[in-house]
Amino acid sequence: MTKPAKGKSSVMAVPAAASNTPLTTRFRRSLRRYPSLFFMPALLIASLAITVAVHPQFSDFDLQSLAMGALPLAFAAAAQTAVVISGGIDLSIGSVMAVANVLAASTMEKASFGESLLLAAAVLIVGAAIGALNGLIVVLSRIPDVVATLTSGFIWGGIALVILEKPGGGAPQEFLNLGAGTLFTPWLPNALVLLVATVVVIWIPLRRSKLGLQFYAVGSDRIAAFRSGVNIDRTRFAAYIFSGLFSAVGGLGLTMTTGIGAPLAGVYYTLSGLAAVVVGGVSLAGGRGGMVGPVMAAFVLTLIPTDLIFLNIDPNFGQVIQGTLIVAIVMIGGFVDMARSRK
Amino acid sequence: MSEAALLLEARNVAKRFDLVVALKAASLQVRPGEVHGLMGSNGAGKSTLVKIISGVFPADGGQILVKGVTRSFRSPAEARSAGIVSVYQDPALVPDLTVTQNMRLAGASIDAVRKWLVELGIVRLDFSLLVRDLPYPTLRLIDLGRALASEPAVLLLDEITASLPADLSERIYAMVKHWRERGNAVIFISHRMAEVSALCDRATVLRDGATVGVTERAHGSEERIVALMLGAETARAVATVASTRASLRAPRDAQAALEVRGLRRSPLLNDVSFKLYPGEVLGVAALEGQGQEELFDCIAGSRHYDEGAIFAHSRELRLRHPADAIAAGIVLVPANRLLALLQQRSIRENVALPTFGGIRNWGPIRMRAERMRVESAIARLQIDTRAGSELRRLSGGNQQKVVIARWLASGFNTLLCFDPTRGIDIGTKRQIYTLVRELAAAGSAVLLFTSELPEIALACDRAIVLFGGRVVAEMPVSEADEATLLRSAHGLAPLAQAAHD
Repeated sequence: MTKPAKGKSSVMAVPAAASNTPLTTRFRRSLRRYPSLFFMPALLIASLAITVAVHPQFSDFDLQSLAMGALPLAFAAAAQTAVVISGGIDLSIGSVMAVANVLAASTMEKASFGESLLLAAAVLIVGAAIGALNGLIVVLSRIPDVVATLTSGFIWGGIALVILEKPGGGAPQEFLNLGAGTLFTPWLPNALVLLVATVVVIWIPLRRSKLGLQFYAVGSDRIAAFRSGVNIDRTRFAAYIFSGLFSAVGGLGLTMTTGIGAPLAGVYYTLSGLAAVVVGGVSLAGGRGGMVGPVMAAFVLTLIPTDLIFLNIDPNFGQVIQGTLIVAIVMIGGFVDMARSRK
Repeated sequence: MSEAALLLEARNVAKRFDLVVALKAASLQVRPGEVHGLMGSNGAGKSTLVKIISGVFPADGGQILVKGVTRSFRSPAEARSAGIVSVYQDPALVPDLTVTQNMRLAGASIDAVRKWLVELGIVRLDFSLLVRDLPYPTLRLIDLGRALASEPAVLLLDEITASLPADLSERIYAMVKHWRERGNAVIFISHRMAEVSALCDRATVLRDGATVGVTERAHGSEERIVALMLGAETARAVATVASTRASLRAPRDAQAALEVRGLRRSPLLNDVSFKLYPGEVLGVAALEGQGQEELFDCIAGSRHYDEGAIFAHSRELRLRHPADAIAAGIVLVPANRLLALLQQRSIRENVALPTFGGIRNWGPIRMRAERMRVESAIARLQIDTRAGSELRRLSGGNQQKVVIARWLASGFNTLLCFDPTRGIDIGTKRQIYTLVRELAAAGSAVLLFTSELPEIALACDRAIVLFGGRVVAEMPVSEADEATLLRSAHGLAPLAQAAHD
């Protein structure tokens, strides 16, 4: 009985060694290669469990406010991820979000729902254009990306203030509902749908495209990528366009969840978005990581202060705990990496 | 042969990097159906020429002609579409991508790559593995397989067999021959003379960035290549040697200042042993990548070795950090001065730095004592301090002197000089070698690697030659003329011995 089966498998093995790798090997390999794909859901489930434990009356409303709170941060993290994977960094993300936020709130106030959708599309284009400018500065000037985007961030922050001096503006209720309402059941917040839809529509096709491959290649080893025929400058430029695009979506999300435009609200998201990227298992050295980790990390980072409030801990002290937890998570990731490279 | 029949031609190609002239007038003519060797000693410009031909960077002058048409490639991708593909010295594969993704990145057909890998003897390779998880020799073959998959008319192989095991090298030779039989051309760079004479139909020899000759495969072509690499001025004046060399030689029964026994570090160091005595300058001669960098780094404590032992004055050392080597009196003067110095800080701080290493010394700096020590070191080395407080304003030669001054100020027994005169003008060069002789005369031991072979005779008492991570020859300086060193460094038997055989 075993003999013919054996003969068959050895015939199969020669033409396609990869496709019939045992499932367990493949599982172990992807666990090794994308640890955050397994670690982050576990962390998210754990923090949700803790939330339910400290706040047993956790309701659909809590879930909605969690999704709304995490939405802008998740987009900030997504924007940063696109750049960090290709070996760069973008410290202007918060300011670009602010521009998108005030641009939407100041133009949509008296618009109809249809008009607001058109305006949202225009805001996305502006975001991508700002990202393109950031990329141009980084690629052409050869100024280190940290400096280039930190300083250009001041410009975008200033433009946000020029557009809307103090918090105000608004948008039609139907538009706000895109991020604040629920779909089918109160347990499925629109914010979550919007987030998943955006990532699926933008990131997955990108990841499977040649451009996406070039992002990872340039982030991993610029010289090897160049010698493989990749245009380094063009790839880095494209990464900043995606960063601008995701930032603009984040700015729109901010408008939906807060209902207004606030020129200074975005700034906070630059650094907390970067924290989500790091917690989400994306290597700041570039070339490693994915989108799922940072987006889930945005939820974890939103849950931590919520839990601390449920626990009646002084919010100022809460910040200390939040920082400590971030350091601990990143350290654990670092130790896992070290243990792996030693093997 | 008419020019139109040439597959590839380079005419008087020139290239400079800032002040360093890499190529002056390199010319190369490659015919279809030939394996063409590109020879030259260190820094002759071989790799620069390869990179210009394959579009890594543009030439400053001269022309590249492909099938008689002038071309100028702006990227490796452009060169590839014109049928010119290079396999570089180090793998051009992205470590965080899988093999499949790397092939996609370069637009190579996965089936074709798989087919060529089978031809190269790699029958089963899981293409879904990450490149960083694959062994180095496999990466070299994947690199080659990917290059072959684009069916290049001209294939450039820059030191592909360096640090490959012999059986894999054999497979590469077979593939090179196969490629020639298909009417294509292969440009083959190697430091292994035996390889070149067995494989190449013709060879172009570069010296100091210019083509000095082309040899056909014939009996005795090895000798002709060596002669071309050496140039006409073999009898270069070495009169300065005798005058600068200390007349008294340290007695050989003295305790070795440094002894290296059976040092191994995979893959580049395979069993290196030697002794270095006080008052002696021991020269290390080697072509690029024969393990000399690893050897110096291991002794200086900045890399770990797999096997073997290092002794200083008969005491075995445990070197886990450069500080351990410095504590044992072993100090390194690296080739890249940028690695050793703080460019934005003053000469004084740079010289004084190593004495601040121990925690004991973290307190207030005793300014007067430090200044005296630093100033005496600066005066002794005649460092030109007019350039001011920032080190980066000093010339390369003066910067190198600061590195030596630093060790003079902190004290040492053994000085490791790794190519200390790289990119330094001739006057300062002489000063540095005079200084090295003085240090030896004062009882220090000096291990000196230089990529310029004539300098061995200028500064050393004895020389060892590294080839393939092994010491293949040891000789007193009286026998270490450039021709002998060059032959041994290429893995050839010394001339006298060859005559006896």
